[in-house]
Amino acid sequence: MKKVFCLLLTLCMILSLAACGGNGGSGGGKKSDGPITVGIINNDPNESGYRTANDKAMRDTFTEANGYKATFYNNNDAAQQIATAQQMIQDEVDYLLLSPASTTGWDTVLQDAKTAGTQVILFDRMLEADESMYAAAVVSDMPAEGKTAVDWLASQGLSEYNIIHIQGHMGSDAQLGRTGALNEKVEAESTWNYVAQQTADWDEATARTIVQSVIDSGKPFNVIYAENNGMARGAVAALDGAGITHGKGGDVIVMGFDSDKWAFEAVLEGSWNYMGLCNPLQAPTVDGIIKDLQAGKAPAQKIIYTPEQGFDCDTLTQADVDTYGT
Amino acid sequence: MTAPVKEPKTKAARPGESILRRLTRHQLFIPLAALALLVLFNLVADPSFFVITMKENSLGNPVLSGNLISVLDNASELVILAIGMTLVTASSGGQDISVGAAMAIAGSVILRLVCGGQVSADVMQTPLVLAVLVGILVSMIFGAFNGALVAYFKIQPMVATLILFTAGRSIAAWINNNQLPIINDLGFKYAGTFLPGIPIPTPIFITAAVILLFWLALKFTNLGLYTQSVGINANSSRLNGLDPQLIKLMTYVILGVCVALAGFIRVSRSGSINYSRIAENIEMDAILAVALGGNALGGGKFNIYGSILGAYVIQFLTTTLYKYEVPSTALPAYKAVVVILLVVLSAPVVQEKLSGIRKAPGKTVKGVS
Repeated sequence: MKKVFCLLLTLCMILSLAACGGNGGSGGGKKSDGPITVGIINNDPNESGYRTANDKAMRDTFTEANGYKATFYNNNDAAQQIATAQQMIQDEVDYLLLSPASTTGWDTVLQDAKTAGTQVILFDRMLEADESMYAAAVVSDMPAEGKTAVDWLASQGLSEYNIIHIQGHMGSDAQLGRTGALNEKVEAESTWNYVAQQTADWDEATARTIVQSVIDSGKPFNVIYAENNGMARGAVAALDGAGITHGKGGDVIVMGFDSDKWAFEAVLEGSWNYMGLCNPLQAPTVDGIIKDLQAGKAPAQKIIYTPEQGFDCDTLTQADVDTYGT
Repeated sequence: MTAPVKEPKTKAARPGESILRRLTRHQLFIPLAALALLVLFNLVADPSFFVITMKENSLGNPVLSGNLISVLDNASELVILAIGMTLVTASSGGQDISVGAAMAIAGSVILRLVCGGQVSADVMQTPLVLAVLVGILVSMIFGAFNGALVAYFKIQPMVATLILFTAGRSIAAWINNNQLPIINDLGFKYAGTFLPGIPIPTPIFITAAVILLFWLALKFTNLGLYTQSVGINANSSRLNGLDPQLIKLMTYVILGVCVALAGFIRVSRSGSINYSRIAENIEMDAILAVALGGNALGGGKFNIYGSILGAYVIQFLTTTLYKYEVPSTALPAYKAVVVILLVVLSAPVVQEKLSGIRKAPGKTVKGVS
């Protein structure tokens, strides 16, 4: 029994080796008339409503009908993303589209891509690297998103800011940008304090637990700064459970980020105060850049920031909800 | 072996060493001691931990609020899972690591039905009872799949359930066409929050009902006896007329029911689902609860009350850590410490040493009487 199994395994290995050899032989003709091959590395589409919209847009854009042969990989683990990126470079994709789960650790991948002649285009999230290492980046300006939100919060003119800060996945571009602006402000102003600063890892249930724990401890707070909408929703569930009023005219200011339609609606009806829009739809822009590069035209700017803004419950209109909600 | 210890407890209460020995030997000693330790720590560090106040929630209902209520409320899913996990552990000598992923599937099925396939619904499209029943049914089927692999194909439980552990969340996403559905109907959230007019969170009632159900089942049916005998020795139980494979399968199906209930509570807390995050790593907590309850992870004799207590201890620990603002990413490290302690304490080498220490005075007591 064991012998048969061993034989089978060996056979499998030999076959897969042979398959590799075959691939290498035919993969010589790059940039031919065939479809453009792209490897797309993204985060887990189920992570949040934002990511679902983002992933769907990528899948809808990079189709065979549109002249692409795309391979998709979704994972929230940067190490797994890096391993897959290296595999894709070895498979000689023409373009590597990348939404990195963490901002660091990508040096070898970028170097390998450069050596292999694979063009790297970043979408949605930045990573720490020299501009020369990638062809273009279509990303959200996370620090600006954070700053817009903090400026808006400052404009509310509270006499004291006691903030529950619920952070996203630590080390991700979105978390760093959105946390950075708030950290700076809290350090600079004596009336701004953290009641709690915890990561909920983008998870609604964890966010609810964190806020509930603050409520149980009886510490006063008047701001919830959640780094995405799902977590803000969890926080609001805890507030509702304890009968703490929130939103327009309420005791607690609720802030979220991203682009979910239901969150827009929560702001519109005044249940939340603020939502920082983070545009998930970079796919068409990336598509345009690739088409330009194929025609030999380099993009005018290396880093293209998707247009974004903050919405609050006083100025948001139904038209905005329909335009930006996903 | 532990059962007869209980009865003579009062009889031989005179010699001091004997009481201590019996106490430490009792299966519920470890979880109770852990609970006492946590309570003591909180009493010393900040007694306000135990304060329970009456508040009014945003719907105008009076509700009880406080850390203790949070512990009881948030432990619900874990307690229900731990009960099922205990049975599976006892019968098959292994653990189901797919319960978190299976909760995602059950939650996804229920949400798909109540939302009627839309991304968001304001009114339930399917009667809640029907949706939950279908969720339970689907969950039982997945449980049967795991159980069949373990019982009939004789695959190691951890390996068998690894399949669903890996694929489950993708299946859950697929059930809802990769969308994250949201139900805004208040009626859906009753099970996860409060029933109107009742100040105690509903999950506590659901958990109590499940515990009661299992208490009745263990008291009035042969479920406990059969599970135990299959776990201790499948061959001899077969010779005694039991069908060990069927009994193993059954425990996995029962776990499926528990998983569906836990998944239902979880999604009805918020009325939404996040496939990759919902009940993440809960399987580890469930297994830890079984171990904390003093149950042998190798199967055989079991005590579901130990597991239930273990689950509450874990939630008590989590809530305590949150109160002291330990970063939520560091929580697993603290749980790891508990696991290490348990594993070391239950290691045969340590057990032998401990019983050696215990036996020495115990023998003299026997000689005297």
